[in-house]
Amino acid sequence: MKALLIRDIRLAVRAGGGFGLGLAFFLIVVVMVPFAVGANTELLSRIAPGVLWIGALLACLLSLDRLLALDFEDGTLDLLATAPLPLEAALSIKALAHWITTGLPLVFAAPVLGVLMNLPLQGYGWLVLSLLLGTPALSVIGTFGAALTVGIKRGGLLLSLLVLPLYVPTLIFGAEAARRGAAGVDANTPLLLMAGISAATVALMPFASAAVLRVNLR
Amino acid sequence: MSLWEYANPVKFLRLSERVLPVLWVLAISSVVVGLVWGFFFTPDDARQGSTVKIIYIHVPAALMAINAWFMMLVASLIWLVRRHHVSALAAKAAAPVGVVMTLIALITGAIWGQPMWGTWWAWDPRLTSFLILFLFYLGYIALWEAIDDSDTAADLTSVLCLVGSVFAVLSRYAVNFWNQGLHQGTSVPVATGQRSVADVFFVPLVIAMVGFGLLFLALILYRTGTEIGLRRTKALLAREGRT
Repeated sequence: MKALLIRDIRLAVRAGGGFGLGLAFFLIVVVMVPFAVGANTELLSRIAPGVLWIGALLACLLSLDRLLALDFEDGTLDLLATAPLPLEAALSIKALAHWITTGLPLVFAAPVLGVLMNLPLQGYGWLVLSLLLGTPALSVIGTFGAALTVGIKRGGLLLSLLVLPLYVPTLIFGAEAARRGAAGVDANTPLLLMAGISAATVALMPFASAAVLRVNLR
Repeated sequence: MSLWEYANPVKFLRLSERVLPVLWVLAISSVVVGLVWGFFFTPDDARQGSTVKIIYIHVPAALMAINAWFMMLVASLIWLVRRHHVSALAAKAAAPVGVVMTLIALITGAIWGQPMWGTWWAWDPRLTSFLILFLFYLGYIALWEAIDDSDTAADLTSVLCLVGSVFAVLSRYAVNFWNQGLHQGTSVPVATGQRSVADVFFVPLVIAMVGFGLLFLALILYRTGTEIGLRRTKALLAREGRT
């Protein structure tokens, strides 16, 4: 399991792995927003938590189609499926690697972009905390979407159509926690609900992902 | 004699051929009776005027939009557990009907909301969750369309339907939390029986609801039959080597 994790992270970080692309995309999306809505600082600071969450979500989505596709093409997934390691565990590890290479950098980048968006000072902690707890859910749900569409040529758009509705609850609670935190209101309830969703998806989604991946490898 | 006999496509088709004519007549007549009665033979509401009459389309369509997804969920479960092809095809057949019902509910709601709430759309929990349901339908149909091998497609869409159901319910409660509602509560609570609709409006509404239910059933049987036919044609073509 450790070897698989290290392999996936190495593949993602090295040249051609697309590491950093997600981060750059996150930056671009957030930079584009003031151009679209105007540079009114008050407005920006009000929408900052939502924009940062949407940006993180899209950056996560962007990197999903290469999560399994490359391994599917060169046959690595077939080997993993016949390996003694359960496929569920292998997919959990892959989701974890995706989170480490995509979700975690986003969490660290978010406060910096928060400055650009004029996020109120009390919002930073909540933003980082909500992203930290929410991005694992994005990764495991995304792994399910990637496993569903792995056999389809050019399934990228379909992947977005399938995965984004599944992101709704996480996004609602995560952005709500960040927004309440920025507004200085108690944000514990949405944060805990989102943490609950994260915990449940991390525990259960690998089974669904493995089930559909087995169908696709048949 | 058990229900599972009709998992055999031949028996299923024979049954549906016998049932369908009756079902069509019943469905269309009760929809027509419910709608005509509702539109022309009920008084206008004291405050809402004649706009209230859209309820005879809106409520049954919304009911069927949810029931169609629920039926797809049950059919998907049956497919995953017992591998009856008819079940998978029935789920496939139900999705377009469900998506149309969802659209009807959304559009009639917008038409009613414009004069009554002063807006076509509000980010109200019920409206939002219907929009999300609409997106789930789209994804489900798109996945069916994207995969060539029908058994693989059936497996994948079934799992998507199960996972989607969980997330649809989650989203329903999440949007409740997220924004306060503008939409009124249900007018026909089954559990308490304390309905807020007067009998003059209620009787045609029930007839329309029953009509939409029967119409849904007829459409599903018909469309499932079409899907079975399609599958057979494909198999025949494959046997002749003309895929």
